[in-house]
Amino acid sequence: MSNKFKLITDGLVKNNPTFVLLLGMCPTLATTTSAINGLSMGLATLFVLVLSNMAISAIAPVVPDKVHIPVYIVVIATFVTLLQFLMQAYTPAMYETLGLFIPLIVVNCIVLGRAEAFANKHGVLESACDGLGVGLGFTCSLTVLGLVREILGSGSVFGFNFIGGNDGMLAFVMAPGAFLCLGYLMVLFNKYLKKN
Amino acid sequence: MAAKSNLTNMVLVLGLTCLLCSAILGGAYVLTKEPIDAAAAEKTNRAIAQVLPSFESASERSFVEVYGKDFPYYEAKSGEDLVGYAIESTVVGFGGNLTVMVGITPDRKVCNTSVLSHSETPGLGAKCTTDPKFVSQWAGFDPSVKKLTVKKDGGDVDAITASTITSRAYALAVENALAAFDTLQGADAVTGATKPNDKEESGNE
Repeated sequence: MSNKFKLITDGLVKNNPTFVLLLGMCPTLATTTSAINGLSMGLATLFVLVLSNMAISAIAPVVPDKVHIPVYIVVIATFVTLLQFLMQAYTPAMYETLGLFIPLIVVNCIVLGRAEAFANKHGVLESACDGLGVGLGFTCSLTVLGLVREILGSGSVFGFNFIGGNDGMLAFVMAPGAFLCLGYLMVLFNKYLKKN
Repeated sequence: MAAKSNLTNMVLVLGLTCLLCSAILGGAYVLTKEPIDAAAAEKTNRAIAQVLPSFESASERSFVEVYGKDFPYYEAKSGEDLVGYAIESTVVGFGGNLTVMVGITPDRKVCNTSVLSHSETPGLGAKCTTDPKFVSQWAGFDPSVKKLTVKKDGGDVDAITASTITSRAYALAVENALAAFDTLQGADAVTGATKPNDKEESGNE
């Protein structure tokens, strides 16, 4: 039990995909213009990560070595497409905001990375925990990054504006701000959290 | 870990995986098709309701051609009476295409406008969806009284601060929608129809 709990907390801190492993930078930089966008992107990736980790750990023993990458990609793409259908049907507004970055989860290196590095060597339950941990780590990082950028860039928190219609520092909503915030958050994360 | 590869098991495993995945997706497609269509229809209806006075029924999406460009439009009716046309007008903004739904009532007045999609700069041109002064001026905009260019160019459109190019593109979108409206109403009966031009805006302000 404690082993599985550790898998989850590892994903959050020690193996944090954004601040420690530096994986999946493309959606990280592009979708975190606000906290809610970051959160949604994180949850979408979490969904795919848990399901693909479980499916891949289940089928790994029978997959021949030479075709394992194509098989994994097909499995991951299936879950991403499934997610796409569901989002289009039930959260169309969020689907539009995240747009291209949902189909791009297929090539997100976190997902294939966890399949290669963890899921194909471990059991279904452990892989699910690993997916959950890494997915939560990704979700938290994206939410925090989105939150910081939203506060600085638009002066609001989760869409609630606290500077009364004035503009924030616009650069933080745009690409340069994404790099700046990510860089500084990475420094803080590695200095204070990872040490313990 | 992984099984040893030979031709038979490679073909078999990859083939079976693809088959199974396609089957799952086929099923998911059938199950989600209805809610997806409903969500898309609701979005369109909401956009039409935003730009026109209350109506009973809206037509299917149709197209009207104006000077070689197709404008999608919806015809809104209450009973037999025409309430107005909701016309989708796409122009080139500052960051890419800007698509505006323009509601025009039969007396050739703009009832309201709503942005369907844009890729303008966040915090600058993107304010064409939120800036209260800019957004509210379109409600009841009468092109026979007001001139459809930004104030800087001698017209009557309040531009968004620091986003003249977006504002110009927006005014052009409304102008093009009016031209489409004129075509719908029969080009002869029209006064002051303007030729739509989709020249690209150049120069930074």
